[in-house]
Amino acid sequence: MSEIENRNPDPLTKNVVFMSVIDDVINATRANSVWPLTFGLACCAIEMMATGAAKYDLDRFGSGPFRGTPRQSDLMIVAGTVTHKMAPRVKRLYDQMPEPKYVIAMGGCVIRGGPYVKHGYHVVKGVDLLIPVDVYIPGCPPRPEALLEGIFKVQKLMKREKNTRSDQANDQAGSLPARLTRSDLKKWLCSKLGKS
Amino acid sequence: MLEIGQIIAVIKEKLPAAVVEEVLDGVDPFVVVKAEQWGETARLCRDDSRLGFDLLSCISGVDYPEREEGPEIEVVYHLDSTVNHHGLTIKVKLPRSDPRVASVEEIWRTADWHERETYDLVGVVFEGHHNLVRILCAEDWVGHPLRKDYEPPDSFHGIKNVIY
Repeated sequence: MSEIENRNPDPLTKNVVFMSVIDDVINATRANSVWPLTFGLACCAIEMMATGAAKYDLDRFGSGPFRGTPRQSDLMIVAGTVTHKMAPRVKRLYDQMPEPKYVIAMGGCVIRGGPYVKHGYHVVKGVDLLIPVDVYIPGCPPRPEALLEGIFKVQKLMKREKNTRSDQANDQAGSLPARLTRSDLKKWLCSKLGKS
Repeated sequence: MLEIGQIIAVIKEKLPAAVVEEVLDGVDPFVVVKAEQWGETARLCRDDSRLGFDLLSCISGVDYPEREEGPEIEVVYHLDSTVNHHGLTIKVKLPRSDPRVASVEEIWRTADWHERETYDLVGVVFEGHHNLVRILCAEDWVGHPLRKDYEPPDSFHGIKNVIY
């Protein structure tokens, strides 16, 4: 401690210990580093690119490094018409993203098929038929401001995430004992797999 | 540059039986070519130096289920010449029950994907095409969506396709 004291000349932060709930810390870091998947299907993607570019500058809000792989992303912005041919690919990309993951449905087509809702034989009538959606952004296409607002909503959702609290453990109490030993885990796995 | 009448005269000179109908008034004058002779006609259009149609701009398929002559499908070819600066619209009429026409993929490379699209959406079979598979719809899609009597499926691979 004395070393830290000596090295820190700032009187305001000298000897300050910051205490917080670990969930809040994890959620704050997560919400301020949203990594969306680089994933555009149609014209909405142009607005998504505009949101990321200089004028609207998504990076100001702790988001914006569009990742080239679902394995490094925690937000999927479905921007553009989802066709039946594309549907399995969208599902697969979603499945490849690590938990916790969030989905924004951007634009009319993604919400309910948009202009294709009646006669568009090839269009999936809403991406929520495939994957769970957290935030819907209406518009055709939505303006960048609308997408920013949607990302703020996702950040709010991220701040409600429960990572360590006991109520999460209680949710799963039926499946795993609260305190695990190696033999407990083995027993539990065997019971799941139906082996002795 | 040749006038439309001169272009038709050149075709008739080489293939007298190919042109079965000429409609020269209207915005887009066209000739109807006999389906059996379309392959030869296409080759003539490209190779004859007076015609010199080196560019196939477009292939369209049109469904006419209620024609007086019987249900028909028309395939429309828009040809252009970048050398002679003239163009020609050619239609080929096919029976709707079994629309088959020679592929011109080897004459104009552009035709490859255009013919696949026409096959996908209207169901015209282009004989001699090296890879006649769907290009826009999913590989296992059923039916040809731009036929007038097409009914879209209620669901596709378990995904509901009807909301209202």
